[in-house]
Amino acid sequence: MSAGHHHALYLPGDTPVHRLPPQCKLIAAMGFAVAVVATPREAWGAFGLDVLLLAVVAAVGRIPPALVLRRMVVEVPFVLFAVAIPFIGLGERIEVLGVSLSLPGLWAAWNILAKATLGVVASILLAATTEPRMMLLGAERLRLPALLVQIAMFMLRYMSVILDQARRMRIARESRGFVARDIRQAPVLARSAGALFIRSYERGERVHLAMLSRGYTGQMPVIDDLPASWRQWSAAAVLPALALMTAVVARSLA
Amino acid sequence: MHVPDGFFNVPVSAGAGVVAAAGVAVCLRRARQELDDRTAPMAGLVAAFIFAVQMLNFPVAAGTSGHLLGGALAAILVGPATAVLCVAVVLLVQGFFFADGGLTALGVNITLMAIVTSLVGWAVFRLVSRSAPRSRTAVIVGSFLAALVSVPTSALVFTALFWLGGTAPIELSSVAAAMGGVHVLIGLGEALITALTVSSVLAVRPDLVYGARGLAAPLVLRTADGEVAVEKPATEPATPPAPKRGPRPILLGGGLVALLLAGVVSFYASSAPDGLNKVAADKGFNAYERPHDLENGPLAGYGVSGVEDERLSGGLAGIAGVGITVLVGGAIFFTVRRRRQDKAVA
Amino acid sequence: MTPGSDSGTAVSLQVSGLAYAYPDGTQALFGVDLTITRGERVALLGPNGAGKTTLVMHLNGILTAGHGTVEVAGLPVRADTLREIRRRVGLVFQDPDDQLFMPTVREDVAFGPANLGVRGADLERRVTHALDRVGMLEAANRPPHHLSFGQRRRVAVATVLAMEPEILVLDEPSSNLDPASRRELAQILKNLDVTVLMVTHDLPYALELCERSLILSQGVIAADGATRSLLADDELLAAHRLELPYGFAPSAHPR
Repeated sequence: MSAGHHHALYLPGDTPVHRLPPQCKLIAAMGFAVAVVATPREAWGAFGLDVLLLAVVAAVGRIPPALVLRRMVVEVPFVLFAVAIPFIGLGERIEVLGVSLSLPGLWAAWNILAKATLGVVASILLAATTEPRMMLLGAERLRLPALLVQIAMFMLRYMSVILDQARRMRIARESRGFVARDIRQAPVLARSAGALFIRSYERGERVHLAMLSRGYTGQMPVIDDLPASWRQWSAAAVLPALALMTAVVARSLA
Repeated sequence: MHVPDGFFNVPVSAGAGVVAAAGVAVCLRRARQELDDRTAPMAGLVAAFIFAVQMLNFPVAAGTSGHLLGGALAAILVGPATAVLCVAVVLLVQGFFFADGGLTALGVNITLMAIVTSLVGWAVFRLVSRSAPRSRTAVIVGSFLAALVSVPTSALVFTALFWLGGTAPIELSSVAAAMGGVHVLIGLGEALITALTVSSVLAVRPDLVYGARGLAAPLVLRTADGEVAVEKPATEPATPPAPKRGPRPILLGGGLVALLLAGVVSFYASSAPDGLNKVAADKGFNAYERPHDLENGPLAGYGVSGVEDERLSGGLAGIAGVGITVLVGGAIFFTVRRRRQDKAVA
Repeated sequence: MTPGSDSGTAVSLQVSGLAYAYPDGTQALFGVDLTITRGERVALLGPNGAGKTTLVMHLNGILTAGHGTVEVAGLPVRADTLREIRRRVGLVFQDPDDQLFMPTVREDVAFGPANLGVRGADLERRVTHALDRVGMLEAANRPPHHLSFGQRRRVAVATVLAMEPEILVLDEPSSNLDPASRRELAQILKNLDVTVLMVTHDLPYALELCERSLILSQGVIAADGATRSLLADDELLAAHRLELPYGFAPSAHPR
């Protein structure tokens, strides 16, 4: 894909979802995912309601369903795993179209598929409506260790630079007829990886020098602060609160 | 290997979250001691490097391709604490910015892929480089073994977590066999690439390899009277020695031998796996193997495409063969890992 | 404009007997001596690998001298003076990607003064002023990696100007620029009222912007004089692997 891929998830917009402070959205997405995981798997209705909740968020945030579906590709490996569970699962077995399947296995597959899908969609919506920089500011506001947030900040800033370097190396390799067929080509690739590490490390040193040159003493100065009002917090709380209520109700009914 | 939401129950997810948070907190402090105010930019750039290198697909034996997990590599190149931070940040960024890996599974993912791989890799590396005379070869061999052990160990921790709170009713031995088997193979690839990468960095900038620091030559002044040597003041502070709390050498050595055996045997097993082909398809072991191909789907432009899918079936058969082999070796590892974890907790 | 001695011949930068070797053992500097007075624009010329960048790294204490001293407006570069030294010496790196590490242009320009303790409206004013001086005010809220290379270099200059330095040190300012960006940057640099040390092997650029030049070769200062006369000395240039572009004659460019 294009070099711009790493920001493809963010969809610029000016909707109520986009405008919510990032720290509120982070907590909301987290809370929603926890609520979904805590929902008993027999509660079909509860999952239906969760889907509806996400659909409302997507609609308000004007996130096209196609984008969400496209990004759900990251889930595929585990979908394949989930599909395999009924075949290899233990316990009572039933016949479906002449194939013997494990009943608990089917439940487990459904459980993983439903929860993983809801979780992935919630993450996609979060990433699609929150600018990467805002996400970092939100994480900072949530009192994540500052150092961790800074590492993520530098990583996001230089990801494209390093991926570009990696791509140029690949083009250089391939334009000289290199094809990675089997293990014998590994040394060539490893040399590229080694060179990439050296370049990344040296750039890290230069960035550090650039920071020192402008008076860096180990603390990042706070330049932007993002306060969130109670109204914004409560607006963001609607999603996880409803999902949690659904989970609680489903549990008490089960 | 990015675990999604719903794969583990709430207690295990939360427990792993606590372990991950504690581990990252310790590493934040240790990394600050190692890198002082360079921590943020250096770790950020190394994290970006790991992110990029995870997109570089390497052809593995039997026609499948894998990519580096990078934990052991990072530990040897930049030190264990920084390595944990780098990989953890990569996982956080993948989870929050790319929706890759479940938000509730972040703790599991960080524990497995950042903490276990980096620390186990580093422990093995130290063991090897301490028991051998300090040389390039020792560093490279150490890197190979570190990566070789780190990947299946991580898979076994996964199995343990699965035993504690997996949501799928599968026999533990099946999981252990499948995870262990696939990851011994992946570990071999990881080991080879890690060793080659460390060796290529060592050839150009030996001073950058955390596990191997070189000596500096004295300064020379060019004056009218010719060249004069001057004493160099100690500009760089000596790196603090890592605290000696590695696992017991004998135990680890035993594990190493077991792994090597398992690895070597499985390597040969994978070349003649005809009869096992069907087992793999029936048992669905392939589900574990596929992540390493498909994870890169949207980013395949950076990888070396065209090697993975066409010969996938052959690879699957090989993997099943390895799985059976590892069932035996797995039992040994399990105890090694258990002991190690106990020590870590203590 | 800045504190320190204010007499007519005040020294901005004084380097004496500077030697340095990298951690990997390569020695880059073998005893460098040079003096720059306030308000001068000086070019530091030299072929690749002459030690130019290494020398620059010593000017604000990024690298510490293996031997010798560096003084900025009378203040020696030492561990305990680093903070003030780094305010006085504004370093513009060769690769603007190294210099622009913050998520947006505005935050990047604010980084330096914010580290000096400037906050609020004061900070905002400094940022605006610095961006205005390089003509990049409208890009304030954009991420640096969305800018063109020439724009990034101008923002890099602004990040340093925001610290109001005693001396501006530019490492290969014209490298990788297209002719238009090159001309725009020259215009900006000419209009700045600060001492400038410009490290380059772009000889016409040195002639256009600097009256005086130094030639650094094999880790020592090999020549020091008027840019025009240095560039007219073919033998000197050839001895230090410096070359004028084809068809370029310094005498044809009167000032």
